[in-house]
Amino acid sequence: MKEIRIHARAGQGAITAALLLASAAFLEGKYSLAFPHFGAERTGAPMNAYARLSDAPIRLRTQVRRPDYVLVQDPTLIASQDVAEGLKDGGIIVVNSDHPRHDIRLKGKGQIFHVPAARIAQEELGRADRANAPLLGAFAAATGEVKLESLQKAVRSRFPGPAGEANARAIQRAYEFIKNHALVAEGDTR
Amino acid sequence: MTQRFIQGFRAVAEATALSRPQVLSAYPITPQTGIVEELAQMVADGTLKAEFVNVESEHSAASVVLGASATGVRVYTATTSQGLLLMNEVLYNIAGMRLPVVLTCVNRAVSAPINIWNDQQDSISVRDAGILQLYAENNQEGVDLLIQAYRIAEDHRILLPVMVCMDGYILPHAYEPVDIPSQEAVDSFLPAYDPLYRLDPDNPVSMGALAEPDKYLETRYMIHKAMESALKLIPQVAAQFQATFGRATGGLVESYRMEDAEVALVTMGSLAATLKETADELRAEGRKVGVVRLIAYRPFPAQELRRTLGKARRALVLEKAISLGSEGPLALEVKAAFHGLSPAPAIASCVAGLGGRDIPVETIKRLASQPSLASPEFVDLRADVELEGVER
Amino acid sequence: MSRNIRDVEKALDHTFASGHSACSGCGEALGARLVLRAAGKNVILTTATGCLEVFSANYPYSSWGVPWIHSLFENSAAVASGIEAALRVTGKLGKTKVIAQGGDGATADIGFGALSGMFDRGHDILYVCYDNEAYMNTGVQRSGLTPYDASTTTSPAGKEAWGNPRPKKDLPQIVVAHGVPYVATASVAYPHDLDRKVKKALSIHGPKYIQVHVPCPLGWRHDSALTIDIAELAVKTGLYPLVEFENGKLVAVRRIPKKVPVEEYLKPQGRFAHLFRSEEGRSQIEVIQVMADANIERYHLMARPETEVEPWSPTEA
Repeated sequence: MKEIRIHARAGQGAITAALLLASAAFLEGKYSLAFPHFGAERTGAPMNAYARLSDAPIRLRTQVRRPDYVLVQDPTLIASQDVAEGLKDGGIIVVNSDHPRHDIRLKGKGQIFHVPAARIAQEELGRADRANAPLLGAFAAATGEVKLESLQKAVRSRFPGPAGEANARAIQRAYEFIKNHALVAEGDTR
Repeated sequence: MTQRFIQGFRAVAEATALSRPQVLSAYPITPQTGIVEELAQMVADGTLKAEFVNVESEHSAASVVLGASATGVRVYTATTSQGLLLMNEVLYNIAGMRLPVVLTCVNRAVSAPINIWNDQQDSISVRDAGILQLYAENNQEGVDLLIQAYRIAEDHRILLPVMVCMDGYILPHAYEPVDIPSQEAVDSFLPAYDPLYRLDPDNPVSMGALAEPDKYLETRYMIHKAMESALKLIPQVAAQFQATFGRATGGLVESYRMEDAEVALVTMGSLAATLKETADELRAEGRKVGVVRLIAYRPFPAQELRRTLGKARRALVLEKAISLGSEGPLALEVKAAFHGLSPAPAIASCVAGLGGRDIPVETIKRLASQPSLASPEFVDLRADVELEGVER
Repeated sequence: MSRNIRDVEKALDHTFASGHSACSGCGEALGARLVLRAAGKNVILTTATGCLEVFSANYPYSSWGVPWIHSLFENSAAVASGIEAALRVTGKLGKTKVIAQGGDGATADIGFGALSGMFDRGHDILYVCYDNEAYMNTGVQRSGLTPYDASTTTSPAGKEAWGNPRPKKDLPQIVVAHGVPYVATASVAYPHDLDRKVKKALSIHGPKYIQVHVPCPLGWRHDSALTIDIAELAVKTGLYPLVEFENGKLVAVRRIPKKVPVEEYLKPQGRFAHLFRSEEGRSQIEVIQVMADANIERYHLMARPETEVEPWSPTEA
């Protein structure tokens, strides 16, 4: 089972991101679960969303404390939160950022990718605050846990019409960004 | 069996629609609202042929389904927390009038302090109303138990309300694969409601008459006997459900790795998943741990519990409720089930997860290894929160 | 005038059977019988907890010859809403009528939210409030429809009090403000008028409200033979104006040919006896007279029959 934690602010679509990710895995025949952090839902407040992906039925419904992967949808949270908290050894963090992030402190072995998801969202969707879908494209490229096509299928199904197409393009661009760029940080940065 | 990746709210709403209720009534309250929003949309779209009555309170939501059920149609409502407490008076009334109302309780803490997250203090507080209570572990079970609930409620030997309880946020808010059965399959499992009595001008009856001291006790006795009948019926309905849908869901008690278990973790609802994970991990470490999950809380399956739990040396009852000034209400009842029996497990009351506090596997592992526990044990009570005027 | 009751009894059929345990001279029992006679047999009734429910249905006995349900004190309107929804979804609504019943406490106080909700949703239901102006079932406690200065067990007259310190809640106007298509007040002293109003209400689709003044000999402490007389005096003094609203407009009133002083209404009732024991009490009676006169003026109760009724709406008040 792989566990994913998403860091965002309420209203940025992190639950949708978790849902799309879990949905893409489901389309590939895996078992998956997506759920929000159980806390206050004031728009703009820091929040988490979670996903679990597995080849076997998923029972566990506790909040994700030891993630395999972390997605940082809102990089302004890095200053105030330990986004790497509990990250498993060898885990991967994907950050929505125009530049490499050196401000995340890994406690073990791991990799940090950055992807200009907000910029891609601005260009494809006209909204920089919709970085959730492109971030998933980057996640697919960085981890190989889901296929690009599955994510695109999931987003088209969730948002039929032009919105789905624009999101599918954004996912593709972010996916290619990771494929074409070397990762930023690797190894033990203790 | 085809699974769809959907949210728990949607799954419950679809199961409700498949059960063909004719009158729905509900009042919005977090975290139940998602279910009735979905149902309202189905009615608006014409995919569910039913009356959706938007009421001004949960008291009236329960009263509307009471009136509709008395008129002879199948009904549904859903609520949580304060809403359930506001319905409480009507729930007793529905049970007393022997009306097969089916409702979903999306379990949530009760105020004060106000807290919208999950525990089970709400449903436990209506324990004695005469409602059957079934607790789902996951969304699939929420779906399956709801369909079974109508079969149980409407059986002429029962004729009592049935409440399917689902842990708030943890279940209905989650997206996961769920098998939503076909309409044909549900229709073959669940026949149209055949009321024994109904409000009908062609055959007038009076409902809700006064019962004086020489008769009231007998009405309670009859409800109690119906509850006892439900102890037999619930497993039968589960078996018929499995025959129709090919899925084993329901029954009174689920037993997990209990064959040789020395320590039993006892609970209701979604916490069972965490306990099963814990049991697996502890067994990997060589400890004989199993899980007993009550699906039915009312009627209380004491006999079934004795059978599944009887060989364990120790039982930790982990529950998301407390009878303040006493212990966990489930623990008390498990203890009562073993009263006077020997051998019997040492039963500990563990109050956990109130107000949405997450209960990680590590916590349960630690608890299962702790030789002595307080009575009740407040699980993961924080040391850094000042408890004004209280000694720890 | 008590022979009026016997005249009425002759005309009643057996949809509301005798043998129930109401007190002699009970205005509410009479009111319910009259409503039922007007409604016919294709009707489903709800009744709130209260005298009517207790005296009419004591298991295994029931006076009701039509389908009838009692649930709780405050949910008569909501239970009726559910019945109406069930009839609607099964295609029986219209042919079968729904009447919700409650006393003044059940209607104006504890069940007020449910009542408002029922009106707001536009259910095709006639709500009948039997107004005996206090919680009689529990032994004469003050309700929101208890009149000014009436002595009840929870608004007793005493050295420092003249009884109920507040005027009667104007529930018909509150209902009118809901946009309910038909609202009327009625009295058991005028059975034909009540009969007509019930029939008219049931001919209108949507929510309807009729508030019937039903004297309670025990609670009001008057001779049980005087039920009809007392009810009639309430109308003739102007204290209980009989009015009809359609779609928010006042369309008819029962006129008062000759105004009767309120004293004649108050005097036979023990609940107002304290007003007659002192000079200060007399001045309280004058206050009540002012209230009656205000009703007469507001609803043109003394206008000559040929005079058109002036449309009245809350904004003009």
